[in-house]
Amino acid sequence: MSSPTTAKAGLPPEQHEEVSYLNDGHTIASWLLTGDHKRIAMLYLISTTFFFFLGSVAAGLVRFELTSPAGVVLESETYNKVFSSHGVIMVFLFLVVAIPAIFGNFFIPLMIGARDLAFPRLNLASWYMYMTGGILIMIGFIAGGVDTGWTFYTPYSSMYSNTQVSLVLVGVFIGGFSSITTGVNFIATIHKMRAPGMTWFRLPLFVWAMYSTSLLLILGTPVVAITLLLVVFERLFKLPIFSPELGGDPVLFQHLFWFYSHPAVYIMILPAFGIISELIANFSRKRIFGYHFVAFSSIAIAGLGFLVWGHHMFISSQAMYESVVFSLISFLVAVPSAIKIFNWTTTIYKGNVVMAAPMVYAVGFLLIFTVGGLTGLFLGSIGTDVHLTATYFVVAHFHYVMVGGTMLAFLGGLHYWWPKMTGRMYSEGIAIANGILMFVGFNLTFFPQFILGWLGMPRRYHYYYFAPEFQAYHIMSTLGASVLGLGFAMPAFYLTYSLFKGPKAPANPWNAHGLEWETASPPPTTNFLEIPIVLDEVYDFDPASEHEQDMADLEASENKSGDKH
Amino acid sequence: MQFFNFPLSPPSASNFSAEYDVLFYVLLGLTLFFTVIVSLAVLIFIFRYKKGTKVSRSRPIYENLFLELTWTIVPLVLGLIMFYFGTSLYVKMRTPPKDATEIYVIGKQWMWHVEHGNGVRENNTLHVPVGKPVKLTMISQDVLHAFYIPAFRVQEHVVPGRYTQLWFTATKAGEYHLFCNMYCGTQHSEMGGKVVAMEPKEFQEWLANGGQSVAPMTMAQAGAKTFNKVGCNSCHGSEDTLRAPSLYGIFGKRRVFSDGTSAVADDEYMRSSILRPYDHITSGYGQTMPVYEGQLTEEDVLNLTAYIKVLGTPAATVPTSNINRNSGVSAVSGNNNPTSLSTNALQYNTADPDASPTRRIGSPAVGAVAAEGKNR
Amino acid sequence: MSANTDSLHHSHDPGLKHQYEDMAQQSETYLVGMWTFLVSEVMFFGALFFIYTLYRWNYQQDFYIAHEHLDVRMGAFNTTVLLFSSFTMVMAVQAAQLKKRMNVMGYLAVTVLCALTFLVVKFFEYSSKFADHLYPGVNFNTDAVKAFGEHALENGHVAVNMNHAQLFYGLYFGMTGLHAVHIIVGIGILISLIRLWFNKADSVIHDYVPTELVGLYWHFVDLVWIFLFPLFYLMPKPH
Ligand code: HEA
Ligand code: HEA
Ligand code: HEC
Ligand code: CUA
Ligand SMILES: [Cu+2]
Repeated sequence: MSSPTTAKAGLPPEQHEEVSYLNDGHTIASWLLTGDHKRIAMLYLISTTFFFFLGSVAAGLVRFELTSPAGVVLESETYNKVFSSHGVIMVFLFLVVAIPAIFGNFFIPLMIGARDLAFPRLNLASWYMYMTGGILIMIGFIAGGVDTGWTFYTPYSSMYSNTQVSLVLVGVFIGGFSSITTGVNFIATIHKMRAPGMTWFRLPLFVWAMYSTSLLLILGTPVVAITLLLVVFERLFKLPIFSPELGGDPVLFQHLFWFYSHPAVYIMILPAFGIISELIANFSRKRIFGYHFVAFSSIAIAGLGFLVWGHHMFISSQAMYESVVFSLISFLVAVPSAIKIFNWTTTIYKGNVVMAAPMVYAVGFLLIFTVGGLTGLFLGSIGTDVHLTATYFVVAHFHYVMVGGTMLAFLGGLHYWWPKMTGRMYSEGIAIANGILMFVGFNLTFFPQFILGWLGMPRRYHYYYFAPEFQAYHIMSTLGASVLGLGFAMPAFYLTYSLFKGPKAPANPWNAHGLEWETASPPPTTNFLEIPIVLDEVYDFDPASEHEQDMADLEASENKSGDKH
Repeated sequence: MQFFNFPLSPPSASNFSAEYDVLFYVLLGLTLFFTVIVSLAVLIFIFRYKKGTKVSRSRPIYENLFLELTWTIVPLVLGLIMFYFGTSLYVKMRTPPKDATEIYVIGKQWMWHVEHGNGVRENNTLHVPVGKPVKLTMISQDVLHAFYIPAFRVQEHVVPGRYTQLWFTATKAGEYHLFCNMYCGTQHSEMGGKVVAMEPKEFQEWLANGGQSVAPMTMAQAGAKTFNKVGCNSCHGSEDTLRAPSLYGIFGKRRVFSDGTSAVADDEYMRSSILRPYDHITSGYGQTMPVYEGQLTEEDVLNLTAYIKVLGTPAATVPTSNINRNSGVSAVSGNNNPTSLSTNALQYNTADPDASPTRRIGSPAVGAVAAEGKNR
Repeated sequence: MSANTDSLHHSHDPGLKHQYEDMAQQSETYLVGMWTFLVSEVMFFGALFFIYTLYRWNYQQDFYIAHEHLDVRMGAFNTTVLLFSSFTMVMAVQAAQLKKRMNVMGYLAVTVLCALTFLVVKFFEYSSKFADHLYPGVNFNTDAVKAFGEHALENGHVAVNMNHAQLFYGLYFGMTGLHAVHIIVGIGILISLIRLWFNKADSVIHDYVPTELVGLYWHFVDLVWIFLFPLFYLMPKPH
């Protein structure tokens, strides 16, 4: 359907430099008070990256400390604070927020052909809530830290820990509202602001993924928000909700916490799935295989995801039958993920694959997420979870899905959309090399942790001098983390470098389809000068004819060089 | 050398471990199978259909209900099969046999307190007979803990305010790791010890006299016995460890405390160190030693002190009557009556002062465990 | 895949925000947004109601005795006040549809007054509880609860578990407190809405939807109270 004469909607001839959203106002206030979803996305990009690196330093410390069975530099108390800040930062300040708030914010309006999100001021407010939460959490860390782990289990968090639990919880609580408002904004936008002709089944799969994520955000976040607030009240006013000494139920907290936090892991992975769908389709130059299945599996994951929280509590003394039901549904929720994996794989078949940097990250994602997801089944099966729960097997599982999965997808998306967001091209060679480096470093870091967990190494352990047999694997893991750390640091450099020295990006460097590529790079403040009318879904690639074109080009150039002889 | 020593599976030493391992390896096989399929397919496709390769790309398919159904139903069925076997193993783990030997476990920050039916108690160590089902009834005195024996593939949370249970039959004699595997605060990683599985006969002997072979009692010997029975030895060894300082040869020496002060270790010092260890914390350690006030009789403390005096001297292994005479205290009878030791766990708990601002007195239910234990 | 037509006229409706095509789209988007937010609010209170249900189920007797100390008359009065405010809110929305500016402002003002009355009554309720030490903590007034227990059940002495009574008051303050916070926020919103009408702001006088949104929120807050009142004040006697 794609007609070669398609006008580039946002591209007024020869002047996109001036109207780009980046140039529209240069004062700090023009950024901090902006209503423009693209600028807000950039604010989020900067702040989440900052928090990510903080969290990574904590990860580095954890790994460094575990090279020796009796610890290296830290006290036990400090170690506990370090891994807790690692978890809190990575989950609440980075992973839950990152893809929706950066790419969702930036691209939902562009992809559906809207001028902005439905509620721009709410959008800005959400960033301020996020920052307020983030700053409170940081103050908490500076004022003494928190040593409860990111799960804040009662009664340790409510009655025993004498660290800054209240402050950090209030921070998480306020940050939670940023999630809720973002979800509300996305749902209203996707429902009502699609360009003419952009029907539900023409939506890019990234938008579907963001839609299901938003459902999780608005349904799950309020529950954890109120739960954490109750913990604060229990700490401050001895409100007896979770404390067994006052008749409270010590396990109730876990139910409420995981009611959010299991869906939260899908909040982290669904946006990644969305990115992967975009990358695989575009770089295979092929229509996504089984569009409807991929789209609906996101919704299925969001729905079923609310019914499995108890699989984190198999040995928590919940009733046996509860465990059985949660285990059953955990196996069911694995099916939609399987559907996605197989549809992506099949998409590549008979494509015309371009191994650009984003695709390298996407392939890394496919391989690693498969392992991460399948190891989730060891944990979802109650019998096997009894031994593995809370060991490094779990740590390995969730880093496989969160770092090897979401982080790789995040980086893939960042490389893919970088030219659109900043108007600059980065160096393809370095980016590809870095993708491979990360793949290697990642597996070296976290694969040994599966074995550690299987051997029985508990998580959140500072010392293991009584079990020196674990050391070899810990050392491997730390070595891997050094490589992986390099892999995370490199993009910070070469992407920043590209901002200043990179070649200017064309409107559509990847020859991709989708409305976001039909406007200038970087887009003008109003996104589109005129709202486009959509005639077909986004994935109308034609690998066969592209291939013929390639062959013809090849032949032509061969003939040319042949002529020279 | 440790670095080249890569263990690949944990020891398998309970009635569950064989079935568990089969399940684990089947899941592992399934994981390998799907990982290999997906990776191979992805890699083959990206190389075969790389831009510019001369392969046919004609008639691509974009939708195929049969394929979709296949990869929906196959994982579903495999998943349900795994679910079935996982659950049936779990149901076994949750239904202890009626004739299981009962042992009581109390978790507290940061130690395990174990009580056998006949009143024998131990800290951070659990002795069990091989071949006999054992059922643990567990409760926490403060926060959540988890009782985890990797070699047995069993684990359960230890929750304040309610009992939880765990059962297993050890199948191989030996010593295995015991971990607290639920984050419980500063010294979570040190809240562990070992499980000792013994042949039933040895176990009966051990149980009959708290693990020591019967010998004529000197005061130091009685102290030694108390030392082992109460569980001092689970922390204090012949060398300083991260868990606790060694008591070898400390008597009469100057001890340095974490607040910078110091004192000479005399009789009075010994007494207060045992009954109220937090009055002075030895430099480099925390508040892990249990408070024995109300738990140990004065007699016990004297015996213990006598024992600590000879620790580190050759006499420690074969205490002579000479030591007995020189101790200046009349010899204590050899029949060390267990009830003169700690009376019950409630006392043990309430004796625990509010050492840290957040530490609390245990729930009364703990006493019930102990009482039940004693009645047997 | 897409083509551009000189698509949309951009009706220059003064109430139209730049990101929308026309008023219809704007209104619909507002409504979807508000309903989504309310769903999220339902989950927010839902967690608390869940906790309440669990404990009430487990500790029926103790909750019953503890609840005897609440003042049903004050609660009932407040219920009436809120119901009435819902009615005035409806009238305000209707007036907004008819573009009767003075009426809108009048009804909104009455709504605010009702909300303030509610808070004043709440204040007296809370302070009497505080005066009686009926709040969780070390100072919890066990005697008062015991006395009520004897008074409430004919069979005289009943053992009241004071922990559970405290739990009841914890939930009482937690849930009605959160509701009161919503009332306070609502008063803020209502007042700014009145100001917009007073200033003849484009965003409200050309479009009744913003007023309707406030109405939705207000009805939600009322609805929560409709659940809270019977749950806390009107417990049937357990047997
Ligand atoms: C991005 C985040 C993410 C994702 C996507 C997942 C996905 C899954 N997780 Fe994971 N999980 C976490 C993050 C995540 N998890 C975190 C953070 C924790 C620890 C929290 C803490 O305690 O700190 C955790 C812990 C955790 C536990 C608790 C462990 C414990 O503490 O004892 C369990 C138990 O069931 C579990 C299961 C699963 C399952 C079944 C999936 C499934 O969704 C996976 C589905 C995917 C596949 C199955 C792979 C693709 C399928 C195929 C290739 C086809 C073959 C399939 C079959 C044969 C079925 N996870
Ligand atoms: C988005 C989520 C996310 C991400 C990206 C990561 C990234 C990493 N994590 Fe994280 N992790 C979690 C989420 C995440 N983690 C969560 C939720 C927990 C649970 C917390 C809890 O139990 O409560 C956890 C726990 C956790 C543990 C278990 C701690 C314990 O139980 O005791 C470990 C141990 O290896 C670990 C390691 C790593 C490593 C090596 C990385 C690497 O990917 C990071 C790579 C980066 C670097 C290696 C940085 C390089 C740093 C430097 C160069 C500075 C180093 C400075 C010094 C050494 C002084 N993580
Ligand atoms: C759970 C571990 C644990 C157990 C069990 C334990 N201790 Fe200790 N003990 C410690 C630690 C840790 C210290 C150092 C910190 C302190 O002074 O409290 C210590 C200190 C001491 C000291 C002072 C040593 C010095 O260096 O000054 C004495 C004496 C002592 N213990 C005796 C005993 C006796 C006797 C028992 C048994 C009745 C016992 N301990 C049981 C952990 C333990
Ligand atoms: Cu006790 Cu961890
Ligand atoms: Cu989960």
